[in-house]
Amino acid sequence: MGKYTLRRLLQMIPVVIGSTFLIYAMVFSLPGDPTAGKCGERPCSPQYVAQFKEKYNLNDPLPVQYVKYMGNVLQGDLGESQYGVPVRDELADRFTTTLKLGVVALAFEAIIGIGAGVLSGLRRGGFIDNLVLVSTLVVISIPIFVIGTVLQLYLGVKWGIFPVTVGSDAPWFDLLLPGMVLGSTSLAYLARLMRSDLSDTMRTDYIRTAHAKGLPQGRVVGVHALRNSLIPVITFLGYDFGALLGGAIITEGIFNIHGIGGYVYRGIGDRDGMVVVGTVTVLVLVYLLANLIVDLVYGLIDPRISHD
Amino acid sequence: MRGIYRAVGVVAASALALTLSACGGDDSGDDSEAGLTVFGCNPENPLVPQNTAETCGGDPQDLTVAKLIHYDVENAAPEYDIAESIETKDNQNFTVKIKPDYKFSDGTAVTAESFVKAWNYAAWGPNAYQANYFFEPFAGYGAMQCVPPENVELGEEEDPCAKYPPTDKDEALDGLKVVDETTFTIQTTEKVSNLEVRLGYTAFAPLPESFFEDPEAFGEKPVGAGPYQVDEWTKNEEIVLSKNPEYSGEFPGIEDKITFRIYENAEAAYADLQAGNLDVINQIPTDSLIDDKWLSDLDDRGTSRPVGVTQTIGINPVADKSLDNPDLRKAISMAIDRQTVIDQIFAGTREPATGWVSPVVDGFKAGACGEWCNYDPEAAKKLWDSAGGYDGALTLAVNNDSDHGPWAEAACNSIRQALDVECTVDLSRDFATFLTDLGEGKIKGMFRQGWQMDYPSIENFLVPLYSAGASSNYYGPYDNPEFEELTRKAAAAPDLDQANALYQQAEALLSEDMRIIPLWYATGQAGWSDRVQGEVAINAFGVPDYRNVELN
Repeated sequence: MGKYTLRRLLQMIPVVIGSTFLIYAMVFSLPGDPTAGKCGERPCSPQYVAQFKEKYNLNDPLPVQYVKYMGNVLQGDLGESQYGVPVRDELADRFTTTLKLGVVALAFEAIIGIGAGVLSGLRRGGFIDNLVLVSTLVVISIPIFVIGTVLQLYLGVKWGIFPVTVGSDAPWFDLLLPGMVLGSTSLAYLARLMRSDLSDTMRTDYIRTAHAKGLPQGRVVGVHALRNSLIPVITFLGYDFGALLGGAIITEGIFNIHGIGGYVYRGIGDRDGMVVVGTVTVLVLVYLLANLIVDLVYGLIDPRISHD
Repeated sequence: MRGIYRAVGVVAASALALTLSACGGDDSGDDSEAGLTVFGCNPENPLVPQNTAETCGGDPQDLTVAKLIHYDVENAAPEYDIAESIETKDNQNFTVKIKPDYKFSDGTAVTAESFVKAWNYAAWGPNAYQANYFFEPFAGYGAMQCVPPENVELGEEEDPCAKYPPTDKDEALDGLKVVDETTFTIQTTEKVSNLEVRLGYTAFAPLPESFFEDPEAFGEKPVGAGPYQVDEWTKNEEIVLSKNPEYSGEFPGIEDKITFRIYENAEAAYADLQAGNLDVINQIPTDSLIDDKWLSDLDDRGTSRPVGVTQTIGINPVADKSLDNPDLRKAISMAIDRQTVIDQIFAGTREPATGWVSPVVDGFKAGACGEWCNYDPEAAKKLWDSAGGYDGALTLAVNNDSDHGPWAEAACNSIRQALDVECTVDLSRDFATFLTDLGEGKIKGMFRQGWQMDYPSIENFLVPLYSAGASSNYYGPYDNPEFEELTRKAAAAPDLDQANALYQQAEALLSEDMRIIPLWYATGQAGWSDRVQGEVAINAFGVPDYRNVELN
């Protein structure tokens, strides 16, 4: 498994280089002057433009800019945003917040989603199954900003159960409601995925055999069935964790969470290349690592998938 | 077989631990009863008054910076703040006397030197400060800039300061002279009749000695002579102000502490206001403006007033030859049903424009646009047809990174119905590209323009936009000798009233050409929590008067 991990880690290098170069090229080759709009509703003075271009290496050809940038990145310097804040510091801050949010969302969706999926998968057509199907359908069909603002209005503003927005150091309790909102859609998919997988598995021959051997129901479900049906669920969770980190723009906006999503969004709007490239690099790494972990977990769940 | 137990067990255990820690988290999220908490956003630049051109940094600095002139909250009239007197006989040589007892929040005195040095620093081209252009009227400004000679075409990538450094050797404006501790003189290149009004802008703030030692550190924790001082600026989180213990001026604040809590959007701030976590906001989410929903949400704890922002549609007849006929442009103007667009799109939060100058400023006169700004589809159609109409589809270009699509669509509909011409909205550019293309005269048809005043004077809505060499003159450029003549005369007028009358005449000229079609004047809103006593006032810049907000 060590060899496998090492090989996978080495494979990441070209992926990271390729994706960052693509992002870098795209961000910096956008048409228009990156300083336009920086000085209110009027063009910036030539001096301002010159200082700006000098500072961000905009005068060099693109590959040179990229190499200079990557050189700095390897030394741990992700450059400075146009607000004059080092990207690394801000990213570290915001990433912690987003990671906490992602973990809350993932925990919420994993626990409730798998739980609901197992309950409904075991009793297909029963009351719980129908309840899960209908409620997940409702959640899937409502856009997340509606769920977010409605829950914020009732649970936060009207009834005061949860804080309306997230405090400055993003305490766990403040993140509970946003985490639930963020995880809600995935939760619905996950429950349905779990349900259909489990109910398929429950009808297979080896489960019937297990029952025939006289194994208790708990052991049949927990060890024989669940273990086999978890593979696609884990795949989904791994992929989803990456998506939760980068794609929380709407949730972050509603609850005023200073996280990664809003950072990238603002960076794109401001043409703040340093911010966009830096953040995307980190997100690419997170995706790759999450997928690696998923692949390794496969081996633990199903010994037939071996990485030796 | 054991593997599954381990894996599932670990997942369950860690999930449980998370849930527990999540519940046990610190719920004292609200920062107790610590003064006034107001809406803030992320400043784009360090907090140096001379290098701030946007409201996120400007709002807090409004409280921490004192200037020679203070604008009245209600009518934006200039009043002396640090200035004791500003005298001139010829609108070109001014003697400024300052009050001797003003101090910066670090305890050092505000002297004539504090002004002159600060202004010189901002006007020095290589410093590339945003407020640089404010010093253009001052004598010796040109020698402070990096300007390549006439016949040299500078490459786009080149820094003019590298090759052509300013010719001024002592890095000081010739037009500024310190006379003594409390007196300095200003000389301008041309006559300026409204210098007093201009001096209230943040660009003309004094800076303490500590700024020049380390401008960067200053930008993180600025020192000013205003009623408040910056205690702490936590990036992305909050800017905390407290009363300036050294303040001796006439415009002190009431609350001891004001916190600007930084939000990334107005919706979240509005929700916090409703829940009582925030005391004042000056951005109401668009949805809540409809049918005055915000006023019922807040039990009428809100106010609205016109502010110094105008919206226009511009036309560049050089870029688009088919519109090189004033009658066509007048017809377009008459074809826009301003009031209906305002009601439908802006929930009534604009006022139809009757001219080019905002109603909040000194010298405003209603009706400069005359009949051309009244909605009259029949007259518009008649004029349009007699002037020959337009081949193909008219386009209205707006930048796509702000919410301009809906009103542009509505204005286009109105034009289409009245003139029977195809009209489409061009949303293909973001603001950066939009400005670049405008500057290069690449945009045909109509385009959006907005102007936010720098200082409350009629002049600020005319000269920086429509005079021949102005940087925001995207209209061909608009170059009308009569306009130039009138504005020059106005600048030389012996008093403000005469100057304003001349500026009004200049404004009236714009209606002959109609390269710029006035749309509407913006209004500003503020909402407040039930912790606030009485009402919150908004000034002509749309900034709530935080100084005079008192909590229960």
